[in-house]
Parts: sequence; C-alpha cells; structure tokens
Amino acid sequence: MSFDPDLAEIRFGCGLSPVLAPAKSTKAILAALSGPDKMAARFPIESFETFQGRMLERARQSAIRRKDRGSPASRAATKAIRRLNQTARIDAAGWFGQTLMRRTWTENGLRERLAHFWGDHFTARGKTGVLRRATSPYIEDAIRPHLAGRFEELLIAAVKHPLFLHYLDQQNSVGPNSAVATRRKKNTGLNENLAREVLELHTLGVDGPYTQQDVRQLAELFTGLTFQIRTGFKFNKHFAEPGVKTVLGKEYGGGPARLRDIHAVLRDLARHPATARHLCWKLAVHFVSDTPTEALVVAMTRRYDESRGDLMQVYETLLNHPDAWIPAGNIKQPIDFVGSACRALAVAPELIAEFDERALQLNIIQPMGLMGQIWERPEGPDGWPEEDRQWVTPQGIAARLQWAVAVPQVLQPDLPDPRDFVRTALGARSSAATAFAAKAAESRADGIGLILASPAFQRQ
Amino acid sequence: MSQRPLTRRAFLTRSAALGCSVAASPLLTPMTFAAAPGDNRLVVIILRGGMDGIGVVRPYGDPAYRALRGHHPMVSDTGPVDLDGFFAIHPALRPLMPLWHAGQLGFVHAVSTPYRDKRSHFDGQDLLEAGTPDLSQGLARDGWLNRMMTTMPGITARSAFAIGRDNMAILSGKTPVSNWSPDSDLQLSPQAMLLAEMVMAEDPLFSAALKEAYGLAGSDGDPVRSLASESEILAEMQQNMLAATRGGTETKIAEFAAQQLRGATRIASFSLNGWDTHSQQYKGLNKALGRLAQVILELKSGLGPVWDKTAVVAMTEFGRTVRLNGSNGTDHGTAGAMVMAGGAIRGGRVVTDWPGLEESALYKRRDLMPTRDVRAHAGWLMRELFGTSVRDLESTIFPGLEMGNNPRLVL
Repeated sequence: MSFDPDLAEIRFGCGLSPVLAPAKSTKAILAALSGPDKMAARFPIESFETFQGRMLERARQSAIRRKDRGSPASRAATKAIRRLNQTARIDAAGWFGQTLMRRTWTENGLRERLAHFWGDHFTARGKTGVLRRATSPYIEDAIRPHLAGRFEELLIAAVKHPLFLHYLDQQNSVGPNSAVATRRKKNTGLNENLAREVLELHTLGVDGPYTQQDVRQLAELFTGLTFQIRTGFKFNKHFAEPGVKTVLGKEYGGGPARLRDIHAVLRDLARHPATARHLCWKLAVHFVSDTPTEALVVAMTRRYDESRGDLMQVYETLLNHPDAWIPAGNIKQPIDFVGSACRALAVAPELIAEFDERALQLNIIQPMGLMGQIWERPEGPDGWPEEDRQWVTPQGIAARLQWAVAVPQVLQPDLPDPRDFVRTALGARSSAATAFAAKAAESRADGIGLILASPAFQRQ
Repeated sequence: MSQRPLTRRAFLTRSAALGCSVAASPLLTPMTFAAAPGDNRLVVIILRGGMDGIGVVRPYGDPAYRALRGHHPMVSDTGPVDLDGFFAIHPALRPLMPLWHAGQLGFVHAVSTPYRDKRSHFDGQDLLEAGTPDLSQGLARDGWLNRMMTTMPGITARSAFAIGRDNMAILSGKTPVSNWSPDSDLQLSPQAMLLAEMVMAEDPLFSAALKEAYGLAGSDGDPVRSLASESEILAEMQQNMLAATRGGTETKIAEFAAQQLRGATRIASFSLNGWDTHSQQYKGLNKALGRLAQVILELKSGLGPVWDKTAVVAMTEFGRTVRLNGSNGTDHGTAGAMVMAGGAIRGGRVVTDWPGLEESALYKRRDLMPTRDVRAHAGWLMRELFGTSVRDLESTIFPGLEMGNNPRLVL
C-alpha cells in the first residue's frame, strides 16, 4: 500500500473537507510543513510572552491582597484576581475555537496534528491561578515553531519553558551545595521530577538504559533552570549544584555553573539511540496503529539516527513507508474527532468567532470531556492515552454519538444532504451500511450524526 | 419478591444468634469466597478542593476553638449539632443525624495524607489518589483503589465503576474498570438507534461499546429511545452540559452508583467539588456539605438492603488553616477529617487522637496537626471489607505505609 490523497488527509491530516483539496503527494505535504505557518497567522492564539502580562498582573494583585487582609484594597484585589482568572478562562475558550478553526481550514493538516502530538509529548499545565490557562500559549511559543526542526531544538525549547518548569516542579529545585542552599538552609532541596520525566517520558523512554543515579545526577545538573514572571526563563547560577555530574557515563559541568552544560546533556539525550527508538515508536503508534510494524519503526529509527534527529526526515520516512498505509487506523482522539467533523462540515470562522465561552463549553468543550478528553487537562505528564481501548468506552461512544447527532446543526446552519455528506466525510471509505444509514435516516441531523459516528469516520 | 434469599449478612446474624462461632463458620473460610470479590461494597468519594475538617466536625470542646472560629450556640434548629460533648457537626449535615444515631455515620479527625508543606491542590489530589508517600517518583500513573483490585479475586470490568466526567485517578491503572457519567444521557430517535447499531456492527470494538452504552444510558429511567425532534435533543444535551457545570449532577451520580452497587459492582468512586473555601466559607461549606449529605442519603435509599454491606468514605487532599483568614475563609492546611457512612461501618463516633488547637500543638503553627496517615484508615477499611492483606496494603497499595493499630471501622 502507498500514498492515497484521501487517506493521507484522514490519517496524517485533519480529515476530508468539502472545500479544500487534499495534498497530491508526500512531497507536497512536507513542503507545506516546512513553509510558513499560515494557520497561526490566520487564527492567532496568544503567545506565552503576552500571557506573562496576565501572570504579572495577578502577582501584583496577590501582593496587594496579602498586605492587609480584610482591608478595602485587599478586597478590591481579590475581585481583580477573580476578574483576571475569569478573563483568562474566557480567552482560553477562544483559543480552543482557534485551534478548531486551524484544523477546519488548514491546507496542511499534518502541522496541526504534529502540534497536538508534540504538545502532548511535552505535556504541561498550570497548577494555580491564571497559569491554568497557559497551555495553548505554551504550545504556541515552545512547540509549534519547532515541529519541523531537530528534536533537540524542540526538547530544549520545552525544557526551558516556564510552564514546563512549573508543571514539573523544577523552578524551586535547588542544589544541596548551591549558593542559595548554604545561605538559606531551610525549604530548599533537589526536586527530581523534571529529570526523571525527561529521561522516562521525553527522551530515552521508560525502558531506556538509565538508572536512579542518572536521574539524580541529571536533577543536579538541571538545578538553576527556573523562571521569573516578568522576564520568563532564567538560568539562576545561585541554585546550581557545583561539581561534575555524570549522566549515562558522560561528564558534564565541573567549572562555574553554565546553561551550556544543560544544553549539552539535552542534545546528547536527544541523539541517543534509545530516544530515537522511543520517539519513532511513539510517532508510529500515534499516526498509524497501536501496534505498528517493526519494519516501520526500524526504518524511522534508522533515519532518525542518521540525521541526528531531523524530524522532517523522520516524517518523510513515515509517510513513504508502505506499513503506514494499512487500511484500518487508530481511533481518533476527541479533538481529532471533533476537529475533523468541523472540517467535514466546513464550519465558518465567523460562526465560531461569534460563539461565546458558554456556547463553546456547552457545544464542544464539555461534550469532549464526556468523550474522555477534558481539554488541556490530561491526568499526568504522560499526556493522553494512545490505546484505542481507552477511547472506545461506553460513555465515550455515547458522547460521540450524541454529539454527532445533536451539535452539527449548530455548527453548520445549512446542513448538507447526508447522501452527499457520506462522500464528503468518508471519500471512498464509506461502507454499504453507512451509505444506507445516510439514506434511511429520518432527518438530516440523524443522517449527518450517523456518518460522523460511523467507525469509518472515527478511525483515522 | 415474597421469598427473600438468605444474604450472607442475614446468615451471619442468624448464626450469631444461634451461638455459632463466626470464626468457625465454614462459609467464612477464604476457600469459599476465593473466586468471588465478596459481598461488601466500598464507595470512595474524593472531596476536591480541601475540606475544612475543623469547620465540618467542630471541636467545640477544645479550649482554643472559640477564639479561632467563634461561638455558634447549639440551640436552634439551624445551629451545629452536638455529637459527643466535644465535637459538633456543621448544621448542613443535620439531615445525617439519624444515621449517626444508628451508628451508620462516623468521622476520623486530625488525619492527612503524607503530603506536606506545598499545599497545592494538584499535587495533593494526585498524592491522595495515587496513595504514594510523596511525589518524588514523579506524578502518579495509577491509583490505589485500582492497585487494591489486583489483589481481589473474581474481578470483572463491572466490579468497579468510576462515575462522573472527572478522570478518577484513584481507579485508573492496570485492572479494567467501568466508567460512566450519568450526564452522558443518550437520546436518539428509534430509527437512529437501529441505524447506529447497524453502522457500528462493522467494527466489533464500537459495536460492543454501543451496546453497553444503550444499556447504561437507558438505565436511569430516561430511555435512549426518544421521539423528540433534533432541536429538542440538542436543547436537552446542552441542558445536561449546563447542569454539569452548575453542579446538581451529584444526585444522578449517587443514584447511578447505587444501582450498580446493587448488582455486580463492589467499588465505586466519584468526586464532589466545591471545598476550596478561601472566603465566606459558611456559605461555601453549607452548599458543599448539603450536596455531600444528599449524596449519602441518596446512596442509602438507592442501595436498599445492600446499604448494610456498604462503607462510604469521603476523603480530601488536605485540611485547612485553623484560623479564619481576612475574608472569613480558610487557606490550605494540613490535617483534616474523613467522613464515613454506611451500614457496614462502626459509626456513631469520631475516631481521633485529638492533638489540640493551642498554637504549640499546631503543624507549623497554622494547621491542625496530622496524628495519623489517612491511608491507614482506608487500608483497614479494605482489610476488613475485602480481606486485603496487610502486606499488600503496606507494600503495593500504599507503599511506605505502616498500618498500625486497627481502628475497627467496620462492623
């Protein structure tokens, strides 16, 4: 099996569109991916840099509130904080709308899928206050610009990002013999969380060749990675543990604390063969099947090793490999399901722009929660599950079916004829049963819903 | 039914009355029950946000209490209710007093998870549900209820239910469990129901899930089959979503839990939100406790005779500061209280090794001092309800826990 434009759009893109033609070749897909990010320009999402303004204001108000609790100024600050939280919540719903519109109107679906994949690989979320809404801005700044570069650039960008440092408790990790620890004595200490997750989740993988000693040494090497609300990322030498650290048998540091040593270890980890294998396997699982063939993973891994983690070359190997074109693919995650439904319905940007937070919540975000994906709130740093079984639960399927029958009428006031929509949404992948259901349904809404709920549409 | 089957409990009551030694009863040997998960039920409610233990189970007999929290006379019908001359419960739990008198409501006080000092909801809940001693191993991958189930015999996917749309980390893990959210109410036209079955028949995974979804969605007395128009169905779905954001789904969750627990389900877990009472907490606590009381009463009425085999525990990630803050609320603290209910528990008492509220007795001079790891109480409950071994409890289910004395929480 090999390249098929419809399947390429479904499996590696955001689904079929009645308006936008699928790319004609692997080459065209990859060329678009290395070209300009048109969707980011057309449907902007706040950058994290801008988002920091919210954090700053929140910190300022918190200070006022703490100063003289119960005073009018303090009460006003409490209100201001509530407003800041509320505005961030409302804006975050808007960014979700933009995410959907990018998926609906892109001519390079692979970019949107990769932004989701790598954003999930480097899962980060805020734990308190306005920061809880920072995930999309983080992905916009740290992940999206690096989708087509070397993995090490992506890794370094994520690991140095304030939201990532916050999520994995790095910003307060202090070397036991650092300048700060010897001065302050209490409430300081090493936090191994980031170091452990970088080895286990982001690079080598849980079966990778590392020990607790490597985790400890990497945690010591990572000390100093922190951030300030005003200026963002900061390497704080006073937090840094002095001395040489040995990670996977190689020595780092020893002289004055330098960020360069952290970059060096991240580059070495990114180029490690175990990382190559782990990432290529994960990509194949995400895009093709829960159980990709060994041949596919090996081919991708070899290319990764040869190119020192050049992601474009890895994607190229994936797209050109016959084993990537098996007929029945993965179950779409709720974001892929809802996004591809919007695309098939050609949902108008003006319509989504007019949705307020409540409309987005009631019609899309909350139903996605019932499908099992509470948006930007995965349970742990390992992100969303890949296994089909996790998504095809009774409540997940009920939620998908109910959504498919009920909501399209809101998203597309001019619902298409289900008999046409079968072709629009499924192309040649429509089955006899689905075509029959489209014809036999009593209403347009039912017909559209059954097509969207069909296994052929829900698999990618 | 005119002829009621002899339940295990009824049998035990009778054999006890006949003077037969329970320990010697052949029906109680592990052999007999080896292939089944037993008859007892456990419901774990996660109270998200940090419940103020001191505001809920008030140590009014502590000399320092009044200065910290004020005087609330127990005279009117709306005031707090005395429990034992030392503790009184928050007025919003008044509807549960009949259970207290029947020995079916109890509390554990001045307990906490091993979580200390950072007081983050996120980490605190993660630790509570993971059941681990700290987060040094990174964030959790599975929950303690799920790990406990790996030690239970005769487990099927229906043995445990995670209910509601929250991810219940406490039940996630290797053992397959069922998930359902009673607000995922499925409504389809009769024709669409049939066509959906036909469309899904192509793919066994989907087909099986749909079949189960029809059963579960229809089990709340509101059938899947609907003659409503598409715009009515949409309005209904939106209404459900709205109800979910405003709360009010608790009753449905409790009803659903009871329904499953009457059948093959032995363990159910769900969460109740709204405990993060930083300001005007008498208002906030009233609401949250009202919901908790309602859920417990709903479980009791829904469970019928099964209530007698049921233990309900409500746990929270941490307690709150002993002092009120400037806005009549409390901030994140350390030790707090656990609520227990059910016919299987030995209630009518507040289990505690009360540390006192004078400043020197507080944790970091601000929080109620934890006197015991709340995991020990959960552990003993499981030990007594399901026969889970102390070794499993101390090693895999709650790593690093020392079970200590049996507080004998179960009848």
